[in-house]
Amino acid sequence: MIDTTTFWTLTISLGVGTFLIRFSFLGLLGGRKLPDRALIYLRYVGAAVLPAMFMPLLVWPEATGGSPDTIRLLSALAALAAGVRFGVIWAILVGMGTLYFLQFLFS
Amino acid sequence: MTTRQAFWCGYLDCAPFILIVVPYSMLFGVVARDAGLDILQTMAMSVLVIAGASQFTALALLQDQAPVFVALAAALAVNLRMAMYSAALVPHIGHARLGLRAIMAYLMVDQAFAVAVRTYEDRPEMTPPIKVAYYFGCMALICPFWYGFTLMGALVGQAIPAAFSLDFAVPVCFIALTAPLVRSGPHVIAALVAGITALAFAWVPWSLGLLIAAGLGVFVGGQAEILLARWAQGSNP
Repeated sequence: MIDTTTFWTLTISLGVGTFLIRFSFLGLLGGRKLPDRALIYLRYVGAAVLPAMFMPLLVWPEATGGSPDTIRLLSALAALAAGVRFGVIWAILVGMGTLYFLQFLFS
Repeated sequence: MTTRQAFWCGYLDCAPFILIVVPYSMLFGVVARDAGLDILQTMAMSVLVIAGASQFTALALLQDQAPVFVALAAALAVNLRMAMYSAALVPHIGHARLGLRAIMAYLMVDQAFAVAVRTYEDRPEMTPPIKVAYYFGCMALICPFWYGFTLMGALVGQAIPAAFSLDFAVPVCFIALTAPLVRSGPHVIAALVAGITALAFAWVPWSLGLLIAAGLGVFVGGQAEILLARWAQGSNP
C-alpha cells in the first residue's frame, strides 16, 4: 500500500518539477534570438534524445528479463525501415505486426 | 495556411500515436490501481504529470517503499530530457505570450515535440502563430486520450494479456518518432551516437546515462553539420 500523504507529496512535487523542466528554456528565453551556433545544435535534439530513450528498452527488454530478444530486434528494424520509407503509422503497424507474426511463428 | 488549418493539420499528424497512447495510458491506469491508488489518485497523477515513463518510475519506487525524495528524484531525472525539448522549441514557439508558453510547456510530451519539430523544419514558411496552432493541434488529440484511457484502465482494472507484448509498444513509438527525424547525414550520426552511447552508459544511475547519450548525440550531430558546411565551402570557394 502507498501511504496517502506520501502519494500526494510525490505527485504534486513531480507535477510541479516536471512542469518547471518543460517550461525552463521556453519560459525564460521566450522570443529571444538564439545564437546561430546554438540553433545548429538544437536541430539535433529530437534525433538524439529519442534513440537514447528506446535503445536500452529495445536491447534489454523487461519482458524477457533483460536479455536481448532476436524477435524484438528484427521487429524494431522492420519498424524503422517502414517509418523511414512510408511514415509514422506504418512504423507502428509494421513494428507490432512483425513482432506478433514472428512470435506466432517461433513460439 | 490559416491557424485553423494548422491546428487540424497537427491533429491529424499526431493521430497515428493514438495506437500507442491508448494501450500505454490504460496500462498506467491498471498498474496504478494494482499498486493501491484510488481512481482520483490515479487520475491526479496522469493529469498533473502527463509523462508516462516518469509516472511508472515513481509508482514502482513508491511500491518498493523507497523514500519520497528518492522516488521524486528518479522520476524527475527521467523527465530532464524535456529541458532539451524546451530549448529546441524556443526558435519556433518562443515568441508566444507567457501564458500560452506555460500551457505549451505543460503539454510538452515526446509525440508533440517530435511531430511538431519535424513539421517546422519541413515547412520553413510556417509563421509563428501557425506554428503555435499546429502545436496545440498535436496535443488536442493526444491529451484527451491520455486522460481518458488512464481512467478506462483504472476503471476496468484488467491488464492486457502479456501475449500482446505491449512492452514493445514503447520502443516502437519512439522508433516511429525518430524515423522521420533522421533526414540527413548529421541526423543519422546524431541518432547512432546517442543510441549507442545510451547502451554504453545504461549503468549510470538516475537515468543520467540517457542525458549523457543525448547530449553527446546533439553535440556530434551539430559538429557534423558544421564540418560538412565547412567542407562544402572549401570545395567551392
